[in-house]
Amino acid sequence: MGELFDNLRLGFATALSLLNLALCLGGCLIGTLIGVLPGIGPIATIAMLLPITFNLEPTGALILLAGIYYGAQYGGSTAAILVNIPGEATSVVTVLDGHPMARQGRGGAALGIAAIGSFIAGTIGTLVVAGLGVPLSEVALWFGPPEYFSLMLLGLSLAIVLAQGSLLKAGAMVLLGLLLSTIGADLETGQDRLTFGFDDLSDGLDFAVLAMGMFGFAEVLRNLESDEPQPKIESKIGRLLPSRADFKQALGPILRGTGLGAVLGILPGNGAVLAPFASYALEKRVADDPSRFGKGAIEGVAGPEAANNAGAQTAFIPLLTLGIPPNAVMALMVGAMTIHGIIPGPQVITNRPDLFWGMVASMWIGNLALLAINLPLIGLWVRLLRVPYRLMFPAILVFCCIGIYSLNNRPSDVLLMAGFGLAAHCLYKFGFEPAPLLLGFVLGRLLEEKLRQALVLSRGSFLPFVSRPVSCGLLLVALAVLIVALLPAVSKKRAEVSLS
Amino acid sequence: MKQMQLATLAVMAFFWAGSAQAQPYPSRPITEIVPFAAGGPTDVIARITGEYMSKVLGQQIVIENMKGAGGTTGITRGAQAKADGYTIMMGHMGTHAAAPALYPKLKYDPTKDFEPIGLVVGTPILVVAKKDFPAKDLKEFMAYLKANQSKLNEAHAGVGSVSFTTCSLFDSQLGIKPARVAYGGTGPALNDLMGGQVDYMCDQIVSVAEQIKGGKIKAYAIATAQRSPALPDVPTTKEAGMPEFQASAWNALFAPRGTPKEVVAKLNDALLKALDDPGTRQRLLDLGGVLPDPSERSPDALARLVKKEIERWTPVLKATGAIGE
Repeated sequence: MGELFDNLRLGFATALSLLNLALCLGGCLIGTLIGVLPGIGPIATIAMLLPITFNLEPTGALILLAGIYYGAQYGGSTAAILVNIPGEATSVVTVLDGHPMARQGRGGAALGIAAIGSFIAGTIGTLVVAGLGVPLSEVALWFGPPEYFSLMLLGLSLAIVLAQGSLLKAGAMVLLGLLLSTIGADLETGQDRLTFGFDDLSDGLDFAVLAMGMFGFAEVLRNLESDEPQPKIESKIGRLLPSRADFKQALGPILRGTGLGAVLGILPGNGAVLAPFASYALEKRVADDPSRFGKGAIEGVAGPEAANNAGAQTAFIPLLTLGIPPNAVMALMVGAMTIHGIIPGPQVITNRPDLFWGMVASMWIGNLALLAINLPLIGLWVRLLRVPYRLMFPAILVFCCIGIYSLNNRPSDVLLMAGFGLAAHCLYKFGFEPAPLLLGFVLGRLLEEKLRQALVLSRGSFLPFVSRPVSCGLLLVALAVLIVALLPAVSKKRAEVSLS
Repeated sequence: MKQMQLATLAVMAFFWAGSAQAQPYPSRPITEIVPFAAGGPTDVIARITGEYMSKVLGQQIVIENMKGAGGTTGITRGAQAKADGYTIMMGHMGTHAAAPALYPKLKYDPTKDFEPIGLVVGTPILVVAKKDFPAKDLKEFMAYLKANQSKLNEAHAGVGSVSFTTCSLFDSQLGIKPARVAYGGTGPALNDLMGGQVDYMCDQIVSVAEQIKGGKIKAYAIATAQRSPALPDVPTTKEAGMPEFQASAWNALFAPRGTPKEVVAKLNDALLKALDDPGTRQRLLDLGGVLPDPSERSPDALARLVKKEIERWTPVLKATGAIGE
């Protein structure tokens, strides 16, 4: 314990140097801004800023990039709540209740609880990284392909809980999402699948293309078509923040979400994407009145946001303790480190304690900074909603196009996004929702990869899925979720709910 | 009058040509296409060398990441770019040696569609295994692989990746056919190697060195002529008993075909200066890179290397029956 304090002291001494503090704040600010702009994500931004980090000291460079990363997570929630556009896979869930809250004039409360929930989760997440990072990294190694596959299956079963209307339609959308995720070259043979001869598709669809199309474009189309007036925004700033009752309602979800996010974030291969989905499903399950979900339930914002941020923090564990980047942003961090000659791996903590602990300390400082940046900004963000549609919509579309083009410098991505926008609009009219599709898409690639890896390893036998205890446990939970959802009594209740 | 006009034209033409000449190459930033994601090994090498080359050339080299299809998407774009020296690309063993065997629809010919600029750096390949693998050195490892090949699992980072290509060579030289488990990148493959889910793999030194030093995985040999200063305890394949296995994931700069000779010479000169700069040199060495000998640094030497490498990899890769993703 004493050692931990010594380490943290070293970390704060590093992180609180004037330059590093400025880099942390700067990173958080840039991250928030790009997160809010629809379509422009942290990957493009960090790639653009890599040359700047060249002239910085490595710790400072990483602090800056990490600030952008979690700043973008905060900003992404803002865009999700205000304009119904999830910038990241992890903010798809925030849309479900965050945007209805904004439409009811409670956008401030939604943004506030998202910021506060994220801060609490970030603080706990940082403590987990500091105190348990090294032992936990060993746990992650138990997760072989069979365990991973079962976890992804469990994730898919959550889609049923995520669905707001018909279960059948939600299931259909999940399957469509899975199908879309198989576009591109086959992992083992390299053969193109479902590309229809378009070379641009041979690396598969990009999540952002799908998400911006299905949410961003479709949202604009939907609003243009409906006669619904623009939501009214309360003018008093005081009422913008969440009330005491809101807090009371949100505290449980925040803590549960933090736990889920912290655990899933440690897993290699981006387990963190599951966290908000799992948290949402859990909150809907334990709520006294699940029918409020999807219509502006504050728990549906607080839980997933906390899970998202906790996962974002603990995702640093595989990077800093094993040298394995769990997602694309972390892979860029690896690049930033290797440019400076520090190759991330199991020895970073012993060889460069200032770097490791400085990062840990700056994570917490960054979370504090984000709270400080975001709470005062809520008033401004909410006022953005008052921008008339005739100005806001073109701006959203332009930013989406720029952001999507900046991903791979490919015009075809922009066209695909528009196509998905149209498709989502039609699907919406028939009562199909985009969230389960995105869940299927996000999990699809891993699901297939892990299934095939597991089967190659077992020479075609399905036995490991049930004979390995962790995998078996996860499958049983998935089964339980499905049974509960499909029990006749329950589904009858669901039907009534969706009718009313 | 007519003569007057002609004279004016001639004078104008003279000055116009003069002004064009007065702007020597390079007069504006140069785009360097990196056909892989930002942050990966090739990207890092491009940024390290690009920084010093910018200083020499007096113009910024801007890195443009254009990933896809094992790097062939970006190189295809580069090959079709205007051959004026303002677009160059960081080629790679995969894009310029393995690609013709793996991509039947490849839209460029590595030997014909480029003006080679120069070899940048070689990245040694290592044979690594899970940490409790029951073999104490490469000889035992080879014997064990031959005896138990049907039970063993080799991990690779996807068809067309360096780990796939180089381990194809390793397996074919040993005459074994293990189960090959495909992963979506080096990270997840390495993760499962550390967790003991798979038995062995081949990969670049920069991707595995720290995990070896940290005792998370075992290294049996490095496939270069000399030991690497980054891993002085790991024997070369020659020392350890498999001298025929030599592999390096080299990176080299190319310009589109038709780029003027003097432009290529200027770029080669800037590259050589970067490789001789102590700071740049050290950064590449820290990554485990092997810097080319003076005899390997000319455009002609690179052209020969590309030819030789294609001849070497094509039969090995064709035999796997795989198509690059």
